[in-house]
This record gives sequence, structure tokens and C-alpha cells, in this order.
Amino acid sequence: MEKILLRNIDVPEFHRLAAYESAGGYRSWRRVVENMKPAELIDEVKASGLRGRGGAGFPTGMKWSFVPKDSPKPKYLVCNADESEPGTFKDRLLMERDPHAVLEGTLIAAYAIQSHTAFIYVRGELAFGATQLESAVAEAYRTGLIGKKIFGSGYDLDVIVHRGAGAYICGEETALLSSLEGSRGWPKLKPPFPATHGMFGCPTVVNNVETLAALPWILERGAAAYAALGTEKSKGTKLFSVSGHIAKPGVYELEMGYPFKTFLEEDCGGVPNGKKLKGVIPGGASMPVLRPEEIEKVNLDYESVQAAGSLLGSGGVIVMDETTCMVRAAWNLARFFAHESCGQCSPCREGCHWMEKIFHRIEHGEGEAADLDLILNISGNIMGNTICPFGDAAAMPAAAFIKKFRDEFDAHIAKKRCTVRRELE
Amino acid sequence: MAVEFSPETLKKFEETVGRYPKKEAAMLPVLYLAQQEFGYLGPEAIAYVARLMGQEPARVQGVVSFYTMFNTRPIGRHHIQVCRTLPCALGGAERITAFIKRKLGIDIGQTTADGRFTLSEVECLASCGTAPMMQINDDYYENLNEEKTEKILESLT
Repeated sequence: MEKILLRNIDVPEFHRLAAYESAGGYRSWRRVVENMKPAELIDEVKASGLRGRGGAGFPTGMKWSFVPKDSPKPKYLVCNADESEPGTFKDRLLMERDPHAVLEGTLIAAYAIQSHTAFIYVRGELAFGATQLESAVAEAYRTGLIGKKIFGSGYDLDVIVHRGAGAYICGEETALLSSLEGSRGWPKLKPPFPATHGMFGCPTVVNNVETLAALPWILERGAAAYAALGTEKSKGTKLFSVSGHIAKPGVYELEMGYPFKTFLEEDCGGVPNGKKLKGVIPGGASMPVLRPEEIEKVNLDYESVQAAGSLLGSGGVIVMDETTCMVRAAWNLARFFAHESCGQCSPCREGCHWMEKIFHRIEHGEGEAADLDLILNISGNIMGNTICPFGDAAAMPAAAFIKKFRDEFDAHIAKKRCTVRRELE
Repeated sequence: MAVEFSPETLKKFEETVGRYPKKEAAMLPVLYLAQQEFGYLGPEAIAYVARLMGQEPARVQGVVSFYTMFNTRPIGRHHIQVCRTLPCALGGAERITAFIKRKLGIDIGQTTADGRFTLSEVECLASCGTAPMMQINDDYYENLNEEKTEKILESLT
């Protein structure tokens, strides 16, 4: 398969403008500014079938089209580089090794909505990625790719690399905008959507790094070439981050619809040390875990993973072998969500900590028979009852671990100890 | 602690604020400047930033307390942050943390008596393919084992 996002990822010094341009970089940007009307650009991206790669999979061109064209307010484009979903490390790779592709995509998206100020919101911890992007932006200013009257047109665009300060929730687009406004990263109710009421109440589009990085190729090769890849509803290619008990962890680019089992066993070398697969999370820690028999016929596209009872999400694939204690895994993720709940909505703020405590006591031999139903009850009461999708993201995996590995939870409770894990101390 | 920016930092402050559509949007970068200048964001630093930004100290405090990367207490020269989330845990992160605790004689959240190291456990740092890993100040250290971790700690003075 021809790579789109990772095509230059191993080229040495590719983060520099000279290398990026010598491989054809910024040609799409020039063509867009010189020859395309925003509406044509939006139509082209709609025709490509590109969907948001941050996790939700919303059609990118359609998202842009919701921005009002006649608004007197400034418009903002935000590149969401706040990669924090456990098991996901694809955006970091793009930022560090191919920052100009991320920047070029950001510029193209800004032009589509006629924004004159674009932000790249980089997760605070990703200092190296932020430095790479800052250098790329500085190079682009120096050579007139951004700034005033770009390529002699009447179009001006400024780009600001903005660093977050440590908060998972800021990956959620409305929380990100609260953070970008200089506040606590608290999500806001939708509607109104950011496309009409975003940063400081102005029309704003937030697109993920991987989504934006696909744009230069789509503009260069045409929407039809992109749409020819993938499945009917999941077009193009997608990055998958693979971690856990797997022979060859890393970031892979696959055509949408690639068989999950083949991917794990052949491309990633399977579960190492002769161990058997016990469970796999297909789309980052927010998505329900799947048992080995559940992935037999799954393909890696939005629809197929959803049909199997999970979601493709960010494409963060976490592999767990037979030695993994599923109670401890569930507790680990419950602890993550308890730590990261922003505290705004009661069901999530209280429920996440409550679930964490219960998982903890089951793992440590103090669980009670009623605990599992209690967790399912709490998770059911979080689902759909919060401002942002974080609540669902915390509730779904908790319930899935119990439903799919109930025997193991029951055994922990019955024997009053962890029945799987070797004690460390 | 002299809670006032040096002339150079004050210049950086003006430049930073000037880049944003509204002054308040510069809050996070200004807090980073303050943390760099003062070492941590204590009550005096927060009051100073509030004055500079034209906001109430309580509001600035609210922002500071929301984000994990703002330190409200002094920390060691090298801030060790071991990732504890699932992919790193599957790769043995708990062993790494236990080793560092033993080696430095401190618990999570503590600083060594000589002010050299502070140890924290943090959530996923987007480095799951090279687990277990830790971040020390801005740098990532990946594919850790006890031996490698020991060498890294010894190299940091």
C-alpha cells in the first residue's frame, strides 16, 4: 500500500523546510491559495470522504461547511495536537518527524474557513513536538508561506503554537477552546457548536493532527484518489498505534478496512513469548475491550469495529496477553479517568472516583459480591449524563471489562485476592 | 522570592500577550514564563501574574490548580515522571517506579533531601510503543529497565 501519512517519516532531517519542499511540500498550499475558492476546497475534501481522526470520525469537509461565511466575527482554526488518549502516539510521531505536513494541513484548513489566525494546541508534555512545530512555523514565516499577503494574494494568516499544561480533557474540542481562552479546561455544552460559537464566541473549527496531515496529499492527488482507498464509509488510510503485549509495537498506516487479526498477527508479529491473546482495546483506552473471538472477523474501519461492540476511536490498539489481570487493567484505566475527570458534572466527577475505589478493592482482595453490579449501575448512570463525551469514555471501558471478563472478577471476589497477577513486592 | 519579572522576561511577556486575540488567552504561556522565572507558582507568583493579566488572583489560582504541569511547590532539579497508565503498566512500569523509590529513598510526590530529584507518577505520555517510559523535565526516556533507569539517574547531577 502506498503510504500517505507516513510516506516521509523515515527520511532524515525531514522536519526541515528544505527537505519537505524538495519532496513536493507546500505545493498543495500554493495551489489552494492561488487557484482555489474556499467552497471548492471544502467540496474537494468532502468528496475525499476524509473523517476526523481524533476519535469521533466526523466528516471533515462537512465540519468546515458549518462555519458561517457571512459572520463579521474573526474565525479561528485550531489544530488539536493534545494527544493524550492512552495507547495513542501517532500525532506525536507526525509532529516530531513531519511537522511541516501538520502545518501545511493546518494552513489548508484555515483557508477553507477563511480564518486569519490558526492555533496549534500542543499537549504541554510534548515539548519536543512543540519545538519541532515552532521551528516549522518560524521557517514558514521566513519564507512567506504564512504571514501577510501569502504568495502575493490578499490572504493573510498567522499561526500560533500554543502549549497546553497537562490535562487529558483538553483533547475534547470545547475543553480545548476553554483552555485556549486562558481558563480551566472545562468542556461546554453543544449546541451551540464551535463552528458557530467557538473560541471567544467566534466561529472555530478544531481538527486533529492526523486529519490535517492528510490534506496536502488529498489536494495533491485529488479527492478521488483518496476515496478510492478504504471502505464505502471509511475512506483513505489511518494511523494505528500499537502497544502492550505485541512483538512489534509502533505506529502503522493501514488502508481503512484492513483485517484486524491479520494486522495483529502478521504486521505486528503477534503476541510474543508464545503467549495467547486475552483481550485487545482497539481505539484507545476510552473504547470497550474486545475478547479474541470478537476480533476474528473485524476489519479496521469505523463501521466494522462498531459492529463488534467497540469503536475505532483514535486507533490506539492496546494488546493484553493471557498473563494480564483484567481486574488490574480495569482498575488502571478507572484510575486514569478518575484522575482526569475535570470535575464539572456530578455523575462523572463522583462516579469515576467511585468506580476506581471499587475496582481497587476488588483487585486488593476486598471486593464484595454486589460490587460488580454496583459498577455497572454507576457506569450506566454516567453514560449520556455529562456535558462532554468524557463520561461515556470512562463508563464504557469499565462496563466492558466486567461484562467480558466476569469470571475473573468473580474469582477475585470469591478468593479475596488477585487470582492472576504475580505480586510485585 | 522577588516576585517580579526581569526586564527580559517582561519583554517576553509583552510579546506573548501581543500574539493573542485577547490578553486572557495568553494565560497559559504567561504562567509558564512565571514558573520558569520563579521556579514554581506560589501565592506571590500567582498574585503577580494576576496583576499583570488584570485578573483576580483566585481566578489565576483556579487555572493553575487545574493543570498538572504547574507546580505550586518547589520541586527538584530533575522532575522524574513515570508513566503509570495501562500500556506502560503492561510493560512493567510498576517495577520501574519501585526501583526509583528504592534507589532514591523517596516516595511518590517527594523530593530528595539534596533537591536533585522529585518523583511523580503521571498518566499516559503518548509513548506507549516504547513502554515503560518516563519523562524527566522535558526529555523522554523509553524502553526502560532497572539497569537503564539506574544509569539515567546517575547521569543527572
